[in-house]
Amino acid sequence: MSMQAMIDEWYPVGIAAQLDTAGRNTLLMGEPIVVATDADGQAKVTGGNGRTLPVRIRYGHVWTSLGEPKKEVFPIPEADQPGRRYVDVGVVRVRCSPLRAVENFLDIAHFPFVHTDILGAEPHTEVQSYKVEIREDVDEVWATQVKFYQPQAAKSASGGITTEYMYRVPAPTCSVLYKTCPPRPSEWDVITLFVQPLTEELCDVWPWMALFDDDTPMTDLIHFQQTIFLQDRSILENQIPRLLPLDPGMEIPTRADLTSVAYRRWLKRHNYTYGAQLVAQ
Amino acid sequence: MKLYDYILSPSCYKVRLMAALSGVSLDIRPVDFHPGLEHRGPELLALNPAGSIPILQDGDLILTESSAILVYLAAKAGPEWLASDKPEEAARVQQWLSFSGRLTASLGGARLHEMLLRPGDIDALQRQGVAALRELELGLVEQAERGMRFLAADRPTVADIACFPYVALAPDGGVSLDAYPAIRLWSRRLRSLDRFIEMPGVHRLHELKAEPTVEESKV
Repeated sequence: MSMQAMIDEWYPVGIAAQLDTAGRNTLLMGEPIVVATDADGQAKVTGGNGRTLPVRIRYGHVWTSLGEPKKEVFPIPEADQPGRRYVDVGVVRVRCSPLRAVENFLDIAHFPFVHTDILGAEPHTEVQSYKVEIREDVDEVWATQVKFYQPQAAKSASGGITTEYMYRVPAPTCSVLYKTCPPRPSEWDVITLFVQPLTEELCDVWPWMALFDDDTPMTDLIHFQQTIFLQDRSILENQIPRLLPLDPGMEIPTRADLTSVAYRRWLKRHNYTYGAQLVAQ
Repeated sequence: MKLYDYILSPSCYKVRLMAALSGVSLDIRPVDFHPGLEHRGPELLALNPAGSIPILQDGDLILTESSAILVYLAAKAGPEWLASDKPEEAARVQQWLSFSGRLTASLGGARLHEMLLRPGDIDALQRQGVAALRELELGLVEQAERGMRFLAADRPTVADIACFPYVALAPDGGVSLDAYPAIRLWSRRLRSLDRFIEMPGVHRLHELKAEPTVEESKV
């Protein structure tokens, strides 16, 4: 494990709308931090030794870093389109590696078995071939042309449709999913998984969405996403080894796992190994 | 019948499960319990000063205790889920309905702490949860000796539905079920009932499906 490469990244540490002066005592990569508002109502994050950490407010969440970020929080241009509704789904703690939480988000093969009758259903279990690349210009992992038959792809979907997905990993513990938007076929719904690494084996997950859906009540949107994520949680907590294996000796991937393979390769290339297992044990 | 419901609440799930098993259709009113804390807002506090969910509203009747709701649904649509008139069985049903409150306080508290970051003394909650599970395991073993597969009878009753959700979701709060074979068998029996429904964290019994047929080797 090396923290150094990941220390300069931005991490989500709270919902901006829920900050107060009392503050939220939490951890970031093992370091105790306090996320609060200051006397002027501005977000303030204090590190373990009392030092003030950098702060950004983006996508409904407070972001901070233990190091010196070389870039701003990654852009999601679609999220700034007018007419979208923003959904703060709320924090969920998971006893798993932050990298495993992201990897699970990138996987579609488990849909019929874990998200039965919502994101997938037997016998429609085949993962059709899709494209995966590490985009060198932006230094991100992308999976495109991902298609899957879904009984209820979104709260706004009525009946089964073949949904198209694009996945993107712009930061080691964050993923952005673009998904067919049932009410507006020409646009993509944006669904994100922002993961706060508490330790190498414990994380707080902050799902967030930017949707074109004017009809569904906000609570229904929150509950739809919480349902999906809580179906994943018990699986994530039972994965062994607890750290994400980066040594190819540990597992045999299949074609359906191409996104995971690229994600692991990208992590390894950047030495993003906080939460990873480097040598198979 | 209107249910003020939270999809991740085991107590609300009890009501949804009982309704599904007894064929009652509910008008679901989702409550933003997390992150919105809507159950502590004025509209819901007016219905239930305790600030908890589920709340079941049927005409003038407002029920806020999940065991009472289970009994109400069963009495209306599935009397076979209630105790018979045998004194011992009736008492066992009441015994486990009351006991289910301990599961909510211990395993439910641990789950809220570990999953949604609610405050609590996690060591004490988990310890109390383990004590309750041991008691439930023993109760099921003793029932088996009497030739009965469920908590109060040889058929499932409201008592089983009251106890099942917090037990099945104990691992969410960091309490393993590995040490309790009678509980695991009981859980499997309940999950294989006709019209059983799941909630997030309670998985479908895929393994109960028919064995796949293996093609004969062409060699």
